[in-house]
Amino acid sequence: MLHLIVFLPLLGFLIAGLFGKQIGDKASEYVTSGFLVIAALLSWVNFFGFWLGGAEPFTVQVFNWMTIGNFAVDWAFRVDTLTAVMLIVVNTVSSLVHIYSIGYMSHDPHRPRFFAYLSLFTFAMLMLVTSDNLIQMFFGWEGVGLASYLLIGFWFKKPSANAAAIKAFVVNRVGDFGFALGICGVFVMFDSVNLDVIFANAASFASDSSEAQSRVVLTFLGYDLARDSALTIICLLLFMGAMGKSAQFLLHTWLPDAMEGPTPVSALIHAATMVTAGVFLVARMSPIFELSQTALTVVTLFGATTAFFAATVGLVQNDIKRVIAYSTCSQLGYMFAALGVGAYGAGIFHLFTHAFFKALLFLGAGAVIHAVSDEQDMRKMGGLRTHIPRTYWMMIIGTVALTGLGIPGTIIGTAGFFSKDAIIESLYVGQNAFAGYAFWLTVIAALFTSFYSWRLIFMTFHGKPRASADVMSHVHESPNVMLVPLYILAAGALLAGIIFYTQFIGSHHEPGHLDPHYTDFWRNALFLGADNKILENFHNVPLLVKWAPFIMMALGFITAWWFYIKSPSMPVELARQHPGLYQFLLNKWYFDEIYDFLFVRPAMRIGHFLWKKGDGRIIDGLGPDGISARVLDVTRGVVKLQSGYLYHYAFAMLIGAALLITYMLFPGVR
Amino acid sequence: MTDLPILSIVTFLPLVGALITFLIWEDSEIARRNVRYVALFTTIVTFLVSLSIWFNFDNSRSDFQLVEKLGWIEQGGISYHLGVDGISMLFVILTTFLMPFCILASWESVEKRIREYMIAFLILETLMIGVFCSLDIVLFYVFFEAGLIPMFLIISVWGGARRVYASLKFFLYTLLGSVLMLLAIMAMYWQAGTTDIPALLAYNFPASMQTWLWIAFFASFAVKMPMWPVHTWLPDAHVEAPTAGSVILAAILLKMGGYGFLRFSLPMFPLASADMQNFVFVLSLIAIIYTSLVALMQEDIKKLIAYSSVAHMGYVTMGIFTANAHGIQGGIFQMLAHGLVSGALFLCVGVVYDRMHTREIAAYGGLVNNMPKYAVAFLIFTMANVGLPGTAGFVGEFLTLLGAFQANTWVAFFATTGVILSAAYALWLYRRVVFGTLDKEALKSMLDLSTREKWILYPLIVLVIYFGVNPGPVFDVTQASVDNLINNYQAAIDGAVQAASAANN
Repeated sequence: MLHLIVFLPLLGFLIAGLFGKQIGDKASEYVTSGFLVIAALLSWVNFFGFWLGGAEPFTVQVFNWMTIGNFAVDWAFRVDTLTAVMLIVVNTVSSLVHIYSIGYMSHDPHRPRFFAYLSLFTFAMLMLVTSDNLIQMFFGWEGVGLASYLLIGFWFKKPSANAAAIKAFVVNRVGDFGFALGICGVFVMFDSVNLDVIFANAASFASDSSEAQSRVVLTFLGYDLARDSALTIICLLLFMGAMGKSAQFLLHTWLPDAMEGPTPVSALIHAATMVTAGVFLVARMSPIFELSQTALTVVTLFGATTAFFAATVGLVQNDIKRVIAYSTCSQLGYMFAALGVGAYGAGIFHLFTHAFFKALLFLGAGAVIHAVSDEQDMRKMGGLRTHIPRTYWMMIIGTVALTGLGIPGTIIGTAGFFSKDAIIESLYVGQNAFAGYAFWLTVIAALFTSFYSWRLIFMTFHGKPRASADVMSHVHESPNVMLVPLYILAAGALLAGIIFYTQFIGSHHEPGHLDPHYTDFWRNALFLGADNKILENFHNVPLLVKWAPFIMMALGFITAWWFYIKSPSMPVELARQHPGLYQFLLNKWYFDEIYDFLFVRPAMRIGHFLWKKGDGRIIDGLGPDGISARVLDVTRGVVKLQSGYLYHYAFAMLIGAALLITYMLFPGVR
Repeated sequence: MTDLPILSIVTFLPLVGALITFLIWEDSEIARRNVRYVALFTTIVTFLVSLSIWFNFDNSRSDFQLVEKLGWIEQGGISYHLGVDGISMLFVILTTFLMPFCILASWESVEKRIREYMIAFLILETLMIGVFCSLDIVLFYVFFEAGLIPMFLIISVWGGARRVYASLKFFLYTLLGSVLMLLAIMAMYWQAGTTDIPALLAYNFPASMQTWLWIAFFASFAVKMPMWPVHTWLPDAHVEAPTAGSVILAAILLKMGGYGFLRFSLPMFPLASADMQNFVFVLSLIAIIYTSLVALMQEDIKKLIAYSSVAHMGYVTMGIFTANAHGIQGGIFQMLAHGLVSGALFLCVGVVYDRMHTREIAAYGGLVNNMPKYAVAFLIFTMANVGLPGTAGFVGEFLTLLGAFQANTWVAFFATTGVILSAAYALWLYRRVVFGTLDKEALKSMLDLSTREKWILYPLIVLVIYFGVNPGPVFDVTQASVDNLINNYQAAIDGAVQAASAANN
């Protein structure tokens, strides 16, 4: 079954990619989508085993990839609860996006290529989540990067799309720099890259003697590291990879630009699946992250900072997709913040629910863009509610799920209500040094989230139409092939929280005795260190903390309503009064400009300098050109040789060989 | 089957082809066609015969196999001695495998003196195979140095506008190295009394002598590799060489340097290698970072790929001198993979060069519009060059990094920056050549891959992906010999340490 789940998308890719021209657009669409639907259904079957039946984790070997001494890597599928969850997320969203794209891309001349890329992406993502070792994970990791590159640059005639594609790949490579070194570090420390071996070794660390703990196990950049510091370094390196893929603060710059790709791509890759790979990585490696409080603290720091930073930028963006992109970035920050305090269940739960409502929002935004003749600027929308009511309601559902509408203290609420509140509560009780910082930033970010989400709704659907009459006359509801995926995702956005929260985060944890629903569900897929008391504590928080997200959400909603419905002149006035702040946010804290100044331009300048001055002036000038100039001077002065340099060369060689042979022929010379 | 002197047959078959080509005196259209077919047929047969080397090769043995030995110059003890082990065998196969592609790539693009051109290539093939098969150091030297002559001719006769400058540079650099190597070979004979490579491998050169010999050999191999700062001949040679010349240069001739390190420097002078390890690391790192940055700014497609080759060879030298299994296996794999990938990239450049007769990046753009198949092939090789997992480029690159990480994390740290830079220059090149709108008039009439070009590129795609997913067959071959090499190396180092401590006591 696992073979089918993973290889059907590959097969779809090969068929649509190699024979797309021959079998035609329609066939390519149906084949890839059909395979994905089958894979998605099988993933759910697989998941039910873990959800209901308590299926055992298992590993399926495919074949050996490479074995060099103790470095043994297999192609294999390792399935536990975490993988099962990721499988349904990836395949469900992917199959819906495939189907949606049949409608969305119907006017594109390159549909087989598009569907091939989508399936390729899905395959790589599945390889990533099912890997039983870090190298296969790296394969998937880079594979999704490739697919992302291809899909962002899908409209290859647009220079902006090409630039965004390269940026995405290169920035991700910066993260991979850390990931690759992290893998090397893991190998040196654990003598294996196989996850089971790593986890087993990590588990045995707890019982080691203090002498074993203080032994130097890794020398990194001149520092002799004992075990704890070595683990911290390794975790931080791995986290660097996660930061690249999940667009965390400092390595986030590629994600907003990635919106150059077609909107279904944004929904699938840049919202629901690929960007959560970093979260998956940290959760997957929880057995070693749990051994390093320092690393976890850093994870919280970056997560919370991203959640806050991206939300502030989201407040002022005018491109509908960029708002959602920054929202994604911010929500990923929430997930990392949760992982950092050891609340892996909450982080993964948010990953799970987020996939539904964020894919919904993106696909909804795609339907809007489709309706208004490919316009993405919200300032040119408005008043669409009555024209595309179904899309409108789907977007509303996505928004309430994202903002986390629900009644605190009860189990009535949308998906985001459960997962986001669980994160904020975990942060409140979190033990590490940045938990308090993270708590406050995420609470404020919740306010911003609510504001920008409702701002999006109000600017797009309410008020007076700002589009031209020509555009407005063409506004139309999307076909069913696009709407049905929205309905399904909407169901997930509303219900995923209520249905799954007892398993994902547990409802009744007692000190020393965790909710059996939780433990039976996750088993060892998410590892909790002996000191990790987050689960026991996070339900016992003050009432105000429980209500904080709700209050923030309400405040955000009211402000948005005030700004964009009640008195639409307010935001303009505010921007005019604080031009510095407004420009700062609008320009995304000037990260692109800073990086351009710090890295891109110097790299080019240095490259140019090394080429012209280093290679040209110094090496060639002092070396061959200089010598040949002297040689030419000499030869010119002596005699004009009719031979080419070849003869010199052959001559030199022959003389050399002759000397050697002569030397050997006459032993007496010795 | 095994009784036949397979290695000699493979080595000298191309020479037979060259002889037949030589006998086609006429200069008519038919004669030219015959020349092409004779060359193609010869290289294909050579490749097929060479497969029997792999077939008869025993993976479990670490010593030399399929050995042939005849007396040559009796008094000096110099013999005609051939044989292959796990380190050299695949390079022979790589050479014979790539030659038919080179002939095919020259099918239409070479117009003048096609007969001489093909003869030069066939002789070159013999000499290259000879390098990898020689088990006598004088024989090795003859092949190693003589191989430069046909290459020199290929560049200087069939090359581009600045071919004289390029071949002069090539000459100056290599002369420096080979003179020193010759002196070293004489010194080794004087010391050990033999020129037989297996015997020299078993001989322990005194520590004081090792350093000098190591430096002399290093001078020659570093130029070949090429390592920074003796790399500047390569971009010029590549730019001026015809497509097939570039392919051979990048895919095979550069590998002779790495092969030399593995065959001579590391096993014969282990103590010097250990002493010089950091020196090589530093040069390798400079090569990786420096040339990647230079590659970023290139305006000529071939030059860009040439600089990227230097960077990739940086990983190889780094891997080899880590002297651990991951580094060396990775280095060998990287050389083989780079042989396929860089060869393929130069073939890709050749495809558009044949149509446009320019290598200026700025002259291209938007080729995906009318050459989609070409775009796919070029993308796959670009990704392999970037070291994407699942392609052959990844395996070697990652293993050398893993090896370096175990030897010295600083080295791994700086080397890994190469993965960022390589993505930058490779994707930027791809974007400028392939993506974008097709608005240059001259490009609009360009046709997608012809059948001949498909025959050249598609098999390479298959192999690049196959060895990326399943590199096992390569490691099976190299494992025993590399393990043996490392054990001997380690034993020599340990022995020296013990001797030193004994002396102190």
